[in-house]
Amino acid sequence: MQIYLPIAEMSVNIFLVLGLGGAVGLLSGLFGVGGGFLMTPLLIFIGVPPSVAVGTQAAQTVASSVSGVMAHMRRGNVDFMMGGVLTAGGFVGSAMGVWLFNVLKNAGHIDLTISLGYVTFLGVVGGFMLAESLPGVLNKRPVALALAARGPGRHLWMHGLPFKMRFRRSKLYVSALLPLAIGWLVGLLVAMMGVGGGFLMVPAMIYLLGMPTQVVIGTSLFQITFVTAGTALLQATVNQSVDIVLALLLLVTGVIGAQIGARLSPKVKGEHLRIMLALIVLAVAIRLALDLVLTPSDLFSLGSGDAS
Amino acid sequence: MRCILFACLLLFANVARAQDVPLVADLSNHLVAITTGFTGTDVLLFGATNGTGDIAVVVRGPAKEEVVRRKGRYGPIWANADSVTFRDVPSYYRVASSRPLTEFGAEGLLSRHQIGLDSLRLMNADESTPAEDVTEFRKALMRLKSEENLYDQGVGDVQLMSNRLFRTELHFPANVPTGTYMVEVYLFRDGQVTSAEIVPLTISKIGVGAEVYDFAHGPLALLYGVLSVLLAASAGWTAGAVFRRV
Repeated sequence: MQIYLPIAEMSVNIFLVLGLGGAVGLLSGLFGVGGGFLMTPLLIFIGVPPSVAVGTQAAQTVASSVSGVMAHMRRGNVDFMMGGVLTAGGFVGSAMGVWLFNVLKNAGHIDLTISLGYVTFLGVVGGFMLAESLPGVLNKRPVALALAARGPGRHLWMHGLPFKMRFRRSKLYVSALLPLAIGWLVGLLVAMMGVGGGFLMVPAMIYLLGMPTQVVIGTSLFQITFVTAGTALLQATVNQSVDIVLALLLLVTGVIGAQIGARLSPKVKGEHLRIMLALIVLAVAIRLALDLVLTPSDLFSLGSGDAS
Repeated sequence: MRCILFACLLLFANVARAQDVPLVADLSNHLVAITTGFTGTDVLLFGATNGTGDIAVVVRGPAKEEVVRRKGRYGPIWANADSVTFRDVPSYYRVASSRPLTEFGAEGLLSRHQIGLDSLRLMNADESTPAEDVTEFRKALMRLKSEENLYDQGVGDVQLMSNRLFRTELHFPANVPTGTYMVEVYLFRDGQVTSAEIVPLTISKIGVGAEVYDFAHGPLALLYGVLSVLLAASAGWTAGAVFRRV
């Protein structure tokens, strides 16, 4: 059964979209990740224009993170001060990202930028995850522990930065510039690549800021919820690229998939889970990299007429 | 349905003979509605002539600016390199005729009326592009549009019946652009255009999809954004609340 997407201006098979939502939801529940980094390239693979894929994914991420952040707020696992600073940086990055997205789209380089961005980030993240979990399976001694052991308590260049702020919940006294910069980078990624950015923010919060692990997830979800909401608003107003019909379709099965995934998750071995996710991430990166490197079957393409 | 159509055609044939109008034509439908379940549609063009002749039908969609880009190699990576912008490109263009166009129409005549893909005039927005490049990009534009099923030239698609009645099915795919279309019908005799008729056709979005589109692109785009975010947030929250109880 075909359904016409009003903003993407194309008709798609409704079961394909529902299936995509369910599959990515299952993975996101299973691995505890946002899933935007898989959904955006998949939407582009099935023919959704990149701008609509990115804009819609921002709205979709709001939906998938809002119940998580509320659960963490109830348990007191959100550092509102830190979340606020991260969000402020995120809004600046997102506004710049939406602007940059438009410039690149008009110049005809947006597809390339999105692909390059995904190849880089997925390659790095997938590579790290694989490197981190392989020794765990082979030697039973994960690298993450070794890294975390020399985590907080170090004195580095970043502790000399000005504008120091006290973050009570995180028991930190650091420069506000650091979380602002992290938030900014995440905002840029949300606007340009349609990812939540948790995969980047969580390690940065643990290793760079030295935040206690129990507030990291809640605080990052807090930032993601507000920054993706702001980005979706901006994309809808500036680029008219948020397809609410597509977002809601993906949401329906995405939520169910995520719940099933979350329930299956304890039954699967942690290390095997991480290796599986790393391989999926690397597979998407390789597929995108091949498209960039192999000689294209058609050198010519039509730019959208409304771009100018 | 077929009976009614036949009756219509007969009526047209009679009208054509009675008033001695050389050509009458009409569409089975003057409005193509793109609804939520739209997967493309066929519109029947039918008409009558007052004697022998050849029929050429040209359907033109609203004109737009199109950018054709060509990829080039930068180190190991393929990226868009050069581009040509064409002005006033019909977003949809389809020609149907009873016989190959060149068999009944003089070349000058075909190009004057822009009948046939080869006769379509495309204006290059930037004068400085070398001519051979423009030709190549033009060919690419035609090919890409054909691949999207938006450009087509069908010889023999117009069926003539006893040199009086004619009919042809015009196909509009799912990705058809919206706007006002012009369906031009030409009657050729002895290499000349004896008569011509233009029938307008409107293609527009109807229903929920159209309202969503207008809402998102209208002056209330900000409100659309706010509502989308609220809708997404409440859907996510509801789902979370439901599953907490299960």
